[in-house]
Amino acid sequence: MKRIYLDYNATTPVLPEVLEAMLPFYRENFGNPSSVHWAGRAVAGAVERAREQVARLINASPAEIVFVSCGSEGDDFAIKGTADALREQGNHIITTAVEHPAVLETCKFLEKRGFEVTYLPVDSDGMLDIAVLGKAITPKTILISAMWGNNETGALFPIEEIGAVARKHRIRFHTDAVQAVGKVPVDVQKAQVDLLVLSGHKIGAPKGVGAIYIRKGTRMTPLLHGGHQERNRRAGTHNVAGIVGLGLACEIAGRDLTAKMEKVRYLRDKLERGIFAAVPEIKLNGHPEKRLPNTLNVSFAYIEGESLLLNLDMKGIAASSGSACTSGSLEPSHVMGAMCVEVTLAHSSTRLSLGPETTEEEIDYVLEVLPPIVQRLREMSPLYNCRTPMSCEECSIVKRV
Amino acid sequence: MYTDKVMDHFSNPRNVGEIENADGVGEVGNASCGDIMKIFLKVEDNVIKEIKFKTFGCGAAIATSSMVTEMAIGKTLEEAMELTNASVAEALDGLPPAKMHCSNLAADALHEAIKNYMEKGKA
Repeated sequence: MKRIYLDYNATTPVLPEVLEAMLPFYRENFGNPSSVHWAGRAVAGAVERAREQVARLINASPAEIVFVSCGSEGDDFAIKGTADALREQGNHIITTAVEHPAVLETCKFLEKRGFEVTYLPVDSDGMLDIAVLGKAITPKTILISAMWGNNETGALFPIEEIGAVARKHRIRFHTDAVQAVGKVPVDVQKAQVDLLVLSGHKIGAPKGVGAIYIRKGTRMTPLLHGGHQERNRRAGTHNVAGIVGLGLACEIAGRDLTAKMEKVRYLRDKLERGIFAAVPEIKLNGHPEKRLPNTLNVSFAYIEGESLLLNLDMKGIAASSGSACTSGSLEPSHVMGAMCVEVTLAHSSTRLSLGPETTEEEIDYVLEVLPPIVQRLREMSPLYNCRTPMSCEECSIVKRV
Repeated sequence: MYTDKVMDHFSNPRNVGEIENADGVGEVGNASCGDIMKIFLKVEDNVIKEIKFKTFGCGAAIATSSMVTEMAIGKTLEEAMELTNASVAEALDGLPPAKMHCSNLAADALHEAIKNYMEKGKA
């Protein structure tokens, strides 16, 4: 059976050249970069080279890069590290309703510790109103945290505008750029970002490594206390091989980024147009244009997302869903909820995320396989083609399509 | 995550559809939790002669609907009333814990259809 991976927003395969570059650091170059002897010296340079590679991709200085274990650690560090360091200045944090759980749950944790958090709403396209951000700022505001690109819909927030507002009010600005880095140009100077988080496994490096950009002069309380690694900002022995992999993956991501973006956008647009041409009564979730070039999120009326995913999986296609059944909770995706997507459509929201390895042949195969699956599930659904007049609840569902 | 039996009933569901002029129709679930099951019955001499279902829901919802139709067909109404959501799940070699309460409603839909048939008889 064909195997088609369209879940690059969940994770990506390690690039072959990245893996090759990492292997010596498990074997002959096994040293601890904090050691003074030959074994340590042999690897310390590699960690610093990786720091330069990461910094170059986002237009930062190497000294502003701190390696962490994953995106969630970076977001936790950014928010808790700021909250603790700036506690005397204020206790108010502004974020958005559609952030990744790494941000939302951290904010909820701080709410229990006496912080106040404003969760900015988004419109039906998942976009933020910059005027609403301005109004949410109080003298107690110490942090604005807004993601660069949304993991579910791909919606791109107006990061430069947010950065300008934050700078004007002299408020620290954190962005979770885990989905944006490697997919769109990311420049911490242009965006006037103070804290930015990226993750290795979304860009062809392994799982278990990420980085946080901390603008020079930004006071932070560490999340991990211990040794003096990372200039006392993050304790713990370096994940040398992972860091080397992250560095090279960042360098590769920056090469011909625009050309790669255009290729993936062409395929995503082809998939989108093809699905919309073949399947009636569907809805695009997320902003039509201001969107990551690799992400397509669609809701299919009358059917539920998990059953669609299972059917796609049986045809070898890996995708993801905002349905309650796949989120492990009883509620459908909070992102769909914040966008006021009608509940049955939220349950059927399906994310197809492409990567640099995606081919046109794969897209053609999905376009061939997906429409009959949707039709088969619809014919099984009591909401579809109802012969008897619908109950109020059912018709409210269908009307809002 | 799902057993082979669940996947079999999910990918190859039995008795999908509607019965025109059904003797009993039962519907459970609601859209907000992501599962709606509808069961249609044809009853003769107190025995379920024909049964069909339509389901909006996840893999477990579709598989349990399919399984309950297989379990109910040929049974008397009293026997069918004794089928439980747990026995349907068991017949599928179990469901993931998260699915036990949200998507395991097929026996309830069957019972609703039987009650609907009984009420019609009284009228």
